[in-house]
Amino acid sequence: MAARSSGEPNDIARRLLDGEIAAGARAIRWLDDRDPRCATLLSAIYAHTGKAQIVGVTGPPGAGKSTLTDMLVSEWRGRGKRVAVIAVDPSSPFTGGAILGDRVRMARHSVDPGVFIRSLGTRGQAGGLSRSTHDAALVFDAMGYDIVVVETVGVGQDEIDVVNLAHTTIIVAVPGLGDEIQAVKAGIMEAGDIFVVNKADRDGYDATHRQMELILHLRASALPPDAPAVPLLRAVAAKGEGAAEIVDAIATHRVQLGEAGEFARQNSRRAREQVLALVRDGLLSRMIGMAADTVFEAVDTRQIDPHAAAARLLDTLAVRKVAA
Amino acid sequence: MATSYQRPLRVLLAKLGMDTHTVGVTIIGHALREAGMEVIFTGLKQTPEMVCSAAIQEDVDVVGISTLSAGHTRSLPKLARLLREAGAEDKLLVAGGVIPEEDKPVLEAAGVDRIFTMGSDTRDIVAYLNAWWKEQQSEEAA
Repeated sequence: MAARSSGEPNDIARRLLDGEIAAGARAIRWLDDRDPRCATLLSAIYAHTGKAQIVGVTGPPGAGKSTLTDMLVSEWRGRGKRVAVIAVDPSSPFTGGAILGDRVRMARHSVDPGVFIRSLGTRGQAGGLSRSTHDAALVFDAMGYDIVVVETVGVGQDEIDVVNLAHTTIIVAVPGLGDEIQAVKAGIMEAGDIFVVNKADRDGYDATHRQMELILHLRASALPPDAPAVPLLRAVAAKGEGAAEIVDAIATHRVQLGEAGEFARQNSRRAREQVLALVRDGLLSRMIGMAADTVFEAVDTRQIDPHAAAARLLDTLAVRKVAA
Repeated sequence: MATSYQRPLRVLLAKLGMDTHTVGVTIIGHALREAGMEVIFTGLKQTPEMVCSAAIQEDVDVVGISTLSAGHTRSLPKLARLLREAGAEDKLLVAGGVIPEEDKPVLEAAGVDRIFTMGSDTRDIVAYLNAWWKEQQSEEAA
């Protein structure tokens, strides 16, 4: 029996670039587990990324994000696209365990070789995604999937990390949540590229639609007059209704991004965000490693304040400009 | 990478065929989650092909099959064979539910690593999986 999680990073990289599913799956496992082999793996695949359209699907719990994703995957497959799905569900903050159930709604695609579905737990990360989601998207991009769907956990007020990752973000709303929509409005309503009211056959659809229309109207009035209108679409994902219109809108958005040079700009913005996030992570653990217990004790006994303690730690960094 | 290396056990839980009894698999799922594992549900009415494909895509360590309405002497050996053929025999294959004594040797010979029958204590299942996982990791470190 081969040891679990075995593999050599350059070999895994070569195989995943050839499109081998097991190799891609192993790469994502390493990324998720923060295996030291990731460094070699990522440097071997990074040059092959930057082609896939990353589509975020987000919205409150119970909005039907997984069912909607399942429906969109079918539509893309009908149009000959290869699709990967990263489905994020919450990990328990207490045990670290998780129940990842998004696949249940997408089971019909599990034996289609043109579809790769991967479930990830948030593993302590706030913001609606796992820390590994960006890198998992890179793996799928390098494997040659045309579309990478990133389905977030059910979001509340400002879990909008997906906006920094996705080229196109779909906000899924449902009738009957009323106040929930007000809540989502805060961060996400400003960010979405396509809005979908799912479960549109339910009572309250008209009211929800009107509410969204109003929000989008207010948002549009703050933009230049030639900015493309943000689509507001209806869907009944459980019955497969609305798929063609949503996939059309996603394709149109991709074209708009390309024409404006925005696709490349988004890619570079995302790369920059990722570098900074990794620096934050690394810096934090390095600083924690450097802080003598006396620093925390001094704060604890009110000898120095938290800001002064942080400044003292940061002062230990060498100041020098760094080039690639 | 600067930050810590963490490896929770990943477990796929599935039901094969027309069996729609979900209480057992749901309880097991929650027990494993409480024990800090990542549990991936595939849903009901799965074929061995679907489970094999999901297990590979998810790169799970353990595949757990719950069976309460027979058919297991056909579907479980088939799943074990598919996993072997896909080069995924490193995954632990565990079955639980209503499995008559006389079926056990058949399933074990076909590649099912461990069988938990009705009345098994979830703590024993967790302990068994943790022990296996520890063994795996020390093997890898060696």
